[in-house]
This record gives sequence, structure tokens and C-alpha cells, in this order.
Amino acid sequence: MSNNISYNELVIKFANVNGSGSASANTFCAKSLYRMGIPIAAKNIFPSNIQGLPTWYEITVSESERLARKENIDIMVAMNAQTYASDLNEVSSGGTFIYDNSIRRNFDRDDITIIGIPIAKLCAEEYSDSRQRQLFKNIVYLGSLSLLIGIDIDVIETLLADQFKNKQNLLDANINALNIGRKYVMENIDYPLNKQVRKCNKNSNKIMLNGNEAAALGALYGGATVASWYPITPSTSLVEAFEKHANKLRKTEDGHLNAAIIQAEDELSAIGMAIGANWNGSRAFTATSGPGISLMSEFLGLAYFAEIPLVLFDIQRGGPSTGMPTRTQQSDILSCAYASHGDTKHMLLLPADPNECFEFGYRSFDYAELLQTPIMVLSDLDIGMNDWVVDEFKWDPEYKHNRGKLVTADDIEKLKSFARYRDVDGDGIPYRTIPATHPEYGSYFTRGTSHTDTGGYTESGVIHAEMLDRISKKFETSKEILPQPIININSPKSKIGIINYGSTTIALNDAMAQLSSNGIGVNHLRIRSFPFAKSIKNFINDHDFIFILEQNRDAQMKKLLVSEENLDVSKLISLLNYDGMPLTANFIVNNIIESLNNNKNIKAANSPPIKIV
Amino acid sequence: MTFIKKPIFRHPSLPTNAIGLTYRDYEGVVSTLCAGCGHDSITASIIDACFELSLPAHKIAKLSGIGCSSKTPNYFLNNAHGFNSVHGRMPSVATGANLANRDLTYIGVSGDGDTASIGLGQYCHAIRRQLNLTYIVENNGTYGLTKGQFSATNDKNSKNKRGMDNPFGSIDLAVMAIELGAGFVARSFSGDKEQLVPLIKAALDYDGFALIDVISPCVTFNNHGYSTKSYDYIREHRSVFGDLDFVPEEETINTSYAEGESISLKLHNGREINFKKLGVDHDPTNQHKVINILRENRAEGKVTTGLLYIDPNKSDLHQTLKTSNTPLNALAMDDLCPGNDYIDNINNLFR
Repeated sequence: MSNNISYNELVIKFANVNGSGSASANTFCAKSLYRMGIPIAAKNIFPSNIQGLPTWYEITVSESERLARKENIDIMVAMNAQTYASDLNEVSSGGTFIYDNSIRRNFDRDDITIIGIPIAKLCAEEYSDSRQRQLFKNIVYLGSLSLLIGIDIDVIETLLADQFKNKQNLLDANINALNIGRKYVMENIDYPLNKQVRKCNKNSNKIMLNGNEAAALGALYGGATVASWYPITPSTSLVEAFEKHANKLRKTEDGHLNAAIIQAEDELSAIGMAIGANWNGSRAFTATSGPGISLMSEFLGLAYFAEIPLVLFDIQRGGPSTGMPTRTQQSDILSCAYASHGDTKHMLLLPADPNECFEFGYRSFDYAELLQTPIMVLSDLDIGMNDWVVDEFKWDPEYKHNRGKLVTADDIEKLKSFARYRDVDGDGIPYRTIPATHPEYGSYFTRGTSHTDTGGYTESGVIHAEMLDRISKKFETSKEILPQPIININSPKSKIGIINYGSTTIALNDAMAQLSSNGIGVNHLRIRSFPFAKSIKNFINDHDFIFILEQNRDAQMKKLLVSEENLDVSKLISLLNYDGMPLTANFIVNNIIESLNNNKNIKAANSPPIKIV
Repeated sequence: MTFIKKPIFRHPSLPTNAIGLTYRDYEGVVSTLCAGCGHDSITASIIDACFELSLPAHKIAKLSGIGCSSKTPNYFLNNAHGFNSVHGRMPSVATGANLANRDLTYIGVSGDGDTASIGLGQYCHAIRRQLNLTYIVENNGTYGLTKGQFSATNDKNSKNKRGMDNPFGSIDLAVMAIELGAGFVARSFSGDKEQLVPLIKAALDYDGFALIDVISPCVTFNNHGYSTKSYDYIREHRSVFGDLDFVPEEETINTSYAEGESISLKLHNGREINFKKLGVDHDPTNQHKVINILRENRAEGKVTTGLLYIDPNKSDLHQTLKTSNTPLNALAMDDLCPGNDYIDNINNLFR
């Protein structure tokens, strides 16, 4: 092996067959690296299938925190003969291809190291049970890999001990399998490889989790008591996590639950229940993905017009139609922003990572009650289902849940009159009662038909138009309440800005660092909510050229910006990716450089002229 | 329909109920349905039932979908919150509302289009879950607001106003409810308050899913001579299955049936229903037999009314989900939020 060893900068990819038990082994690998204190990003690239199709797991390891997905793989652990050919091609020159040589193969590449380990044979010799033979293959390759790249065996063993607490025989069996892999490498392979990992100390204030679990915990912190849902990838694990944690955190002394989690018969019912519960004063949410948004649209219009608080987590996946259920996209922006018929508009929150899923998870319930309208939290599969290493959660002990203008029995006796839909304070937000507030005052009729300010049925065009205008005013008010954009003026003189939102941030940070080292300074704004904060238009006005980075074909955020903010389209340049994969930094860098080189006007703006190496 | 506003004036000598309220206190706004509409009689029966049970109106939530029937919650119980939701989706909204506060009484009003067509799925699943809801179908076999199309409860070969045959078979919502495990299933006729009011009272008191399928003739589109949901047809073909006397806990049983055998059913909330069998060999707790009798009667062209089926021991949705006895909407945010004390535990789960 080469003496030229590098540390903590590599990409490992596992190629597996889905349903073979590889997911746990791959997660053990990622978690071990995290526990060694190394910055990592893990991406699970899985099929919409239960058993037998190819599945991959990528771990980007980068002590310098350049954690975007990379196109080139340093170490490929190829455990799926169906995909050997393409997996082999992905390995960078100088990289390593590890495969199960129980059946020998010849691979036609001499610029990489090919390592064969007879994993199936080793397992066949060790285990008599066929299920064990299959499952422990995964732990055997993890053991082999640990020695090849230097994953701390104590860290792995502690992790396994945590995982199999009170299951000593399972723990022993896993450690045995680990050692089978290590022993084979020790005796037969020239190790270590030239790409190594070693402990560093970057994760002491970090946690590793996926966005769906973070959002579920956010909902628990936000006081949600009703979760109604219909299973759909990739949102399912959000409600399942809510249920799991509610069963610990919300159990009463007599074994009851301070929450109701209900699997509905379809998405229509799921949102209907959440609306009913919110109407009746519980904080309730539903979680879904693109097809569910289509089905929930009618109810979204009702909640908008009848002004019922609601939290909806949309974990976006590849569309249109059934699309790519297990791939990521940001393609529900327009369908969520304008969901339902008639003049409707919805408030969106756009978390960028699991930490923000937690934060928006609890804040969304405040916003929904403050603004009396649906709040849609638009996460995506990448954030929702992949494990991210993010800042640990913080909770402000002073935080007070804000239920907005929810009127109590005492309040209502002090009020001179109550009109559910009257703009008393001039902010467009009316006062709200829930059933059984008071024996005599405060009841009203909630309806999706046009209504007067007391909730009475009306066919008066004047009143109808006034109601729509008043709701618009509420949306103006929301611009200062919802999360403001994050703005980084990296190069105060640069006339180039880049706007993004959601999960593309990791790739963009990486790309901006690359651009900067190429002498290209760009300023950055990350949108975190809709309706758009005023600073977004200011940022656009302050720059001559704005790149808008999105994971959809139709430049949905750009369209929303143009139509809502009345913008000059000519200075907006879309960077669009919609292949369903988490973004690479190269995609952003290459597209920006290409635009700069092709567009004379942008070149002029970026002074001095750039030279791309 | 009328544009007249109801006067607020109350006559001082109006009788009051146990909580000191008059019948007028249970009314809603003036109905805008057609004069003679069966639905208005059902509204009056709901008001009667709530008044007689001395229910505090503000502790009732009234919900509906879309259609003529779904307008009616506006016409009763002004002091109750109402929710006129979207077409066919009242059961889900009612489910959510009920989950939020298990202590209120829930009345859902729907129609045959709202329940048997667009809302059939939600209807079935609310029953499966044993949602504690009094579900009243105001069943007239036609789409009134869109001017007289057949609905899914319209009988095969019944004709519409223009004389066209209905080519499709009808859905029997009561049989369906029994099949799906509803704990309380009744059918009645809007023109028979004496039967309907006790049924509504018993349904309101029942802890679980209580269906009352009320045949309620549409005077404008489905009350002609060749309709099977007209006043005349129902009067001629009605078979009264059993009579009912609802007995709240604190009252003594006081019935005066002339003939037949009476059985008393103890509900698990402690109250009793006194069921009076009329003529048929009928055990209202025997799902299988009830369905057979309903099918036989139907084959003979009879419309069977009365309390059809009851299971005194069903668990409602909250019991199944084991939700807290305190209504979820009454739990304080500070009690629900694990807060700062727990945040380290959460973080440690992910290290």
C-alpha cells in the first residue's frame, strides 16, 4: 500500500441488495465515524421496494467539513453482484473496490485497488442458519472495513453494546461477526488503505439523527396532542417517531396517553381529523408527501378560508404522480403555496436540516395558532430520512407557547362583543373560540361557504371580497412573524447573489467555498418561509444577478418569487437539479461557472474578471 | 325558504327543563330549506331531544358535510359551535374534534349523497373506529341542491321526478353500519317525531357510534307518486321494528305499552334503554338476525324503522386508543412540553 496516507477526507459507498439487513451495518459504520468525532454526511439511496433491488449508502467523511455529496467514490464496498459494473465505474482513480470473492471475478480496472474478501464463504463456515449466514455478512464487511480504514474497534463495540442492550447473545454474535471480518483482513490483505480515518473532536456538541425524528420531537415540544396520518414514503417515519416518543414522554400515571395518534383511511381523512382537532383546541398535525398534498388540497382550502390552525409536514419526494417515492426533490413548492381552488395561499416553512426540523417543528404550532391558518413545513426525503450530524437541540427555558388570539371564558366575558372573523386589531387576525368555551358567549358557525364577520352565511359580494382582503392582510402580518431568511454577505462588493432553501444548503456551502477559492465571491440568502420576508426583495434588488438553486424542473421558487414580489425576471438565473439525488457541490460550481463564462453581463458584474482553472 | 329573522323574544311562561332552559334556547337560525322539507322536522326533533335531556348546548358540537341536510346544524342549538365542513368529510372532522375533547357531545348531520357516495369511505371508517358520535343521515334519496339527481340510497327502479328509472341498486346505510360494527343503529322517518325523538335521545347518550338513518322526503325533487322515499310511500310501507323508551339514570322507567314484550338493556355508562319489541321475533343485540330481518323486510318492500341494533358493551375510540381521561385540549402546554429538563436526554439519544 502507498505510504501516502490521507486522513478523514474520503467517500465510502456501500452497494447492497435491499432487504438483506445491510442498513443496520451501514448505519453502524456512519455512527462509529460520528462517534470518532469526524464530520460526516450519510445518504441512503434506496429503492421503493421491500426486497431484492439495489440499494446504496454513501458516507462523506470530511474533517474540513466539505460535506456535500461527491461524484467520486474512494472506497466502494460492493455487495451486490447486480451492480458490480456500475459500482466499479464510480470508484475514483486510486480508490478501492471491495467485493465478495466467494465467487471470483475479474474486474477490468488497473487504476484502483481491488480487494476480494470471501464473505459468503466465511459466513457459510461460521453459521448453520441461512438467515444468520445472510445477515452477518453485513457485519463481516463492517469488521473488514474497520481494519482497512482505521475505524476504532472500541467505538464500534460500544455502539453495538448500546444497540443490543439486554440482548447479550445478539451482541456476542455481532462482535463475533465483526472479528471474522477483521481476522480475514489481518491475515490476508495488505492494510491499511491509503485513505484512513482517525479520531478528531468535531462532534462534541453535535447529534446524529434524521429530520423526521427531529420534526416529531419538535411537535412533541410544540404541544401537539393529535397526529392523524396516512402512511406514505418518506413521511411515515415522522409520525412513527412521534408515536414512539409520545409513548415515553406523554404516558400518564394510569397508563393513558396525553396524545392521540391515528392512522386514517386516506390523506383526506388524515387532514380532516387534524383540522377537526385544531378547531376544537388541540394542537394537531398531519404528515404526508406530494401525492398526499394533492389529496389534501380541498381541506387546505377550507382551513385557509375558515381560518383553522393546522400543521402539515410535507416530506417532499420525486414527482410528478407517484414519481420517485424514495428519492428527494423540492417540487411541492407551488402546489403547497397555492394548494386548493379559489384564491388560496399558504404559509410555508423551509427547514434546511434536522436541527431546523426540530425548531420549526415546535414553532409551526405557534405560527398556526397565531395566524389561524395552515402552516406547511416543507422538508424533503434527504432531510427527513437521512441521518445528519447537526448541532444538538437547544431549548430556551423561557420559551412560552403562544396560542395567539384564542379566547378563554374569562376573556370573553370582558369582551363587549365577539365576532369570529372581525379584524379588531388591524393586523388581519381575528379572535377565536373553541367549542364549550362559555355557556352563553362565543359560539359561532364554522363554514367553508362565504361568511360574515360573525360566521353567518352570506352571498354578499362585498362582504365576500372584504373577507378575502382581510385574510390577505393576515398574510402581510405573517411576513414579520415567520422565520426570516439567513443572509450571508460574503463579498460585500459582489453583484452576484445566490438564493436557496432547504436541504441544498450543505452542497451550497461546499460550493461557495470552492467558488471563493476560485476568486468568485457570491452573497447568499436562504429562504426559510413563505410569504416572503421583505429582506428577500431587498437582497435581490441589491444584486445584479441572482442564482436560484432548486431541486425541481420548473423553477418553482423562482416563479413564486416573481409572481409574489413582482421581480425583474432577467436577472434571475435558475440552477435546477431534479434527478432525485442530494446535490453535489460540483453541480452548483460547474453551473455557476458556466453561466459566468457564457453571460457577458454577469462577467461585467463580477469584477475583476474571473479565470477558471 | 324565508328571509325572516327569528325574534329574540321569549314568552315568560315557556316551560323550562332541568337546567332552566326553554325549548327556544335550543333553536338555531331560521331554516332556508323548502317548506315541508323532512329535514326541518328532524331539526325540530333534535331540539326536542336536547331540551328534554337538559343538555347544555355549549357542550355539544354539531358538524356536517355539504348538502341540504348539512345546512341544518345552523338551524338548531345556537349556543353550540357548528362546523359545516366539506362534502363527505364530516366523519374525519368529527373524529379530530372528538379526539381533542372527549367530554363533549357530538352530533354529525349528513345526507345520503354526503354519506353514501362521496363520503362512504369516511362513514365506514368512523364506524370501524367506534367514534362517539350521533350520526344522523337525513336520507331523501336525491341530490336536492343540484336539482334532483339520484343518490346512492335511491332504490332501484324508483323513478325521478321526470319519470326516469334509477338503474342502480341502493346502499342500505343501516345494514352497512351493523356489518361494520356500529354499536347503535336505528332507522326512522322524519314524519314520526314520537319515534325519532327517543331514538335521538338514546343515540346522544350512547358512548360509541350511533347511526340514525332518517328517511326524510324531499318535497321538491323526490316526493312524487313513483318515488320510494315520498311521505306517502314511507307511511304505507313502514314496518316499525321496535319501540324505544330512553331512560336517563335519574329517572324511573315509565312506559305504557299495550302489547308485546319489553326488554331493558343496561348500557355501560350506567343508563338503560327500554326496548319494546313489536310483533317480530327480534333481539336487537343479535347482529346476524337483525341483518336477516332487515333484508327480508326490504325484499318485501318494507321500510323497517326503530332501534334496529344495539351493542351495550362497545368500547369507543378513546377507550381503544387509551387517551387520557382529561380532554387533550385541556392539557396545559407546560405539561405537554418536555421542556429544558429533558432536552439533554433527547440529545443523548442521538449521540
